Amino acid sequence: MLKIEGLQVRLGEKEILKHVDLEIKPGEVHILFGPNGSGKTSLLMTIMGYPQYQVMSGKISFKGQDITHMPVNERAKLGIGMSYQRPPTIHGLKTRDMVRICDSSKSKVVEDLAAEVNFTDFLSRDINAGFSGGEIKRSELLQLMAQDPDLMLFDEPESGVDLENITLIGNSIAGLLQRNFLAHTEKTQKQAHRSRNKMGLIITHTGYILNYVPADKGQVLYDGVMACRGNPQEIFQTISHAGYQECIKCCGQLQTPLTEIQNSL
Amino acid sequence: MADFDDKAREAKEKKAALGPDIDLETYCVEGECHLPVEKLDELPQEDKELMLKAGVDASEEGRSGSFVQKDTTAVYATSLMDGLEVMPIKEALKQDWVNEYYWKLVPVDQDKFTAKAHTDLHNGYVIRTLPGAKVTFPVQACLYLHQDALSQNVHNLIIASEDSELHVITGCVSGAHVNKGLHVGISEFYVKKNAKLSFTMIHHWAEGMMVRPRSVGVVEEGGLFLNNYICMKPLKSLQMYPTTRLVGRGAVARFYSLLIGHPGSELDVGGRILLSAPETRAEIIARAISNGGTIINRGHLAGDVPGVKAHLECRGLILKGGDILAIPELWGKAEGVEMSHEAAVGKINQEEILYLMSRGLSEDEATATIVRGFMSVEIPGLPSELQAQIDAAVAQTEQEVM
Repeated sequence: MLKIEGLQVRLGEKEILKHVDLEIKPGEVHILFGPNGSGKTSLLMTIMGYPQYQVMSGKISFKGQDITHMPVNERAKLGIGMSYQRPPTIHGLKTRDMVRICDSSKSKVVEDLAAEVNFTDFLSRDINAGFSGGEIKRSELLQLMAQDPDLMLFDEPESGVDLENITLIGNSIAGLLQRNFLAHTEKTQKQAHRSRNKMGLIITHTGYILNYVPADKGQVLYDGVMACRGNPQEIFQTISHAGYQECIKCCGQLQTPLTEIQNSL
Repeated sequence: MADFDDKAREAKEKKAALGPDIDLETYCVEGECHLPVEKLDELPQEDKELMLKAGVDASEEGRSGSFVQKDTTAVYATSLMDGLEVMPIKEALKQDWVNEYYWKLVPVDQDKFTAKAHTDLHNGYVIRTLPGAKVTFPVQACLYLHQDALSQNVHNLIIASEDSELHVITGCVSGAHVNKGLHVGISEFYVKKNAKLSFTMIHHWAEGMMVRPRSVGVVEEGGLFLNNYICMKPLKSLQMYPTTRLVGRGAVARFYSLLIGHPGSELDVGGRILLSAPETRAEIIARAISNGGTIINRGHLAGDVPGVKAHLECRGLILKGGDILAIPELWGKAEGVEMSHEAAVGKINQEEILYLMSRGLSEDEATATIVRGFMSVEIPGLPSELQAQIDAAVAQTEQEVM
């Protein structure tokens, strides 16, 4: 389980997360909504442990351990993984070797995984060098497939993906999060659902991902405050029709008083 | 010869244009006696292990010929292929044809080092393919400095005749007992019409070594010259500025260099390609890591005629102090030349380290991975065994810099 309590984070001089509470139970998938600049990516980077995101107060715990000040690689080893929106290029490091790095158990066949996300042709290229938006997403998914973490953080996994590949991306994420529909297995659907343990936190702007990945909960992050939680479909519907203004109205009735949010705006 | 003798005598005090001056009197020129061997395998185990570090394999497996010089003596020279000649230069100089090549590209009076290599020539190799010979397995050569305080003076001629193919790997190593030493190496490269030559040099010197290579190449019509240089081990001072002239239509030269500057090391390494004929192409790619030492990386491309294309790329990484001075130069001398360069000196991007850490690597492992990537260059046209040799040298970088 991931549990975040009263998280306050600064990036340089700027306070970018003012108050975040979040709880993701084993098997749960959460969607993170919020306008540009509201702190969504910062929240993911903080959970991953990027040191420039300085935790001023509050606590992050994962699998019962306090990870608030744990180095990035130890969090990775504990089972947290991230699909980046704009990962850096590493010259001279082949995608194949990067996928091998991710597979700490050294048990997977890179070529087989690559075939699943239609990425075989890229294995001999330097990681992220000249990759298009959609290619980056497939590369990130491929790395997560090799890493197989228990908590997966997705930063806009569908942005920049062409229509041809959106189904592939959506289904791959569903697979990673144990949300793909598998008929005719030994387990009943109910049993299959119960045995899920993967956790997901997905940032989306377009909401396309909801068509492929059934999500349990939605969260709205607004100006550094986790302002709303509820049914992800309904939240998406609200934002689509009325924008984030409608979300702010709700805030007062949920966890944070509206006046507090308005004061902080 | 008399003419060279005179010129060399006149230049014996002439300081080099670049690099710290060296007092030649402080090195001896008399080499200890080493006996020739019938097979490379007969060499002492210690020597064989050293040579292997610079890519010279005593088993000769996958090699088309070998040359080994220990101190001042050529102890072994053999060709295993038809159409390939491998011999010590002192022996070759007894044959007339060699005069067409000896000191024809490098001026004997360029500086005190070229002069020294003539007046006190110890040996060196001549490697030549005959016209049309495709020697796809590499020829290996080792210049081994074993004796302390020796000035090892060698002169090499590498000749790829018309329509031939030749790959050479040269390893320069110094023994465990060498506290100081000087290596003066003259190399003259001739790539004839439609010939292909790759020359890979791996330096594996000791901390007290002074190294002064002097090399010039010429590439004729349709010829290709790949020149790779790797220096990852500490040494005291290295200064070289290999130059190649592309004199025939469509000639191509590509220089690659991988350098690590350790504390106490001063590396002044250049590369110059003169594009003097139509449709010629040139590329210089350098990767330099300073690990506390000083690296000067010079690159010079000169386009003399319209329509030539050339690119220079120099990337430097300062890891643990030290300094890197990149001096890329482009000299266009005609309308319609296409020449470009990119130079960058910096540190490892923190985002790259964190990206790898988020995949489970420790900070040190992440840094090592990035450094290895930085130094790994793929050289098109190089035989796979030589690329593997370079990759193996690069894999050592990790130990060198971490």
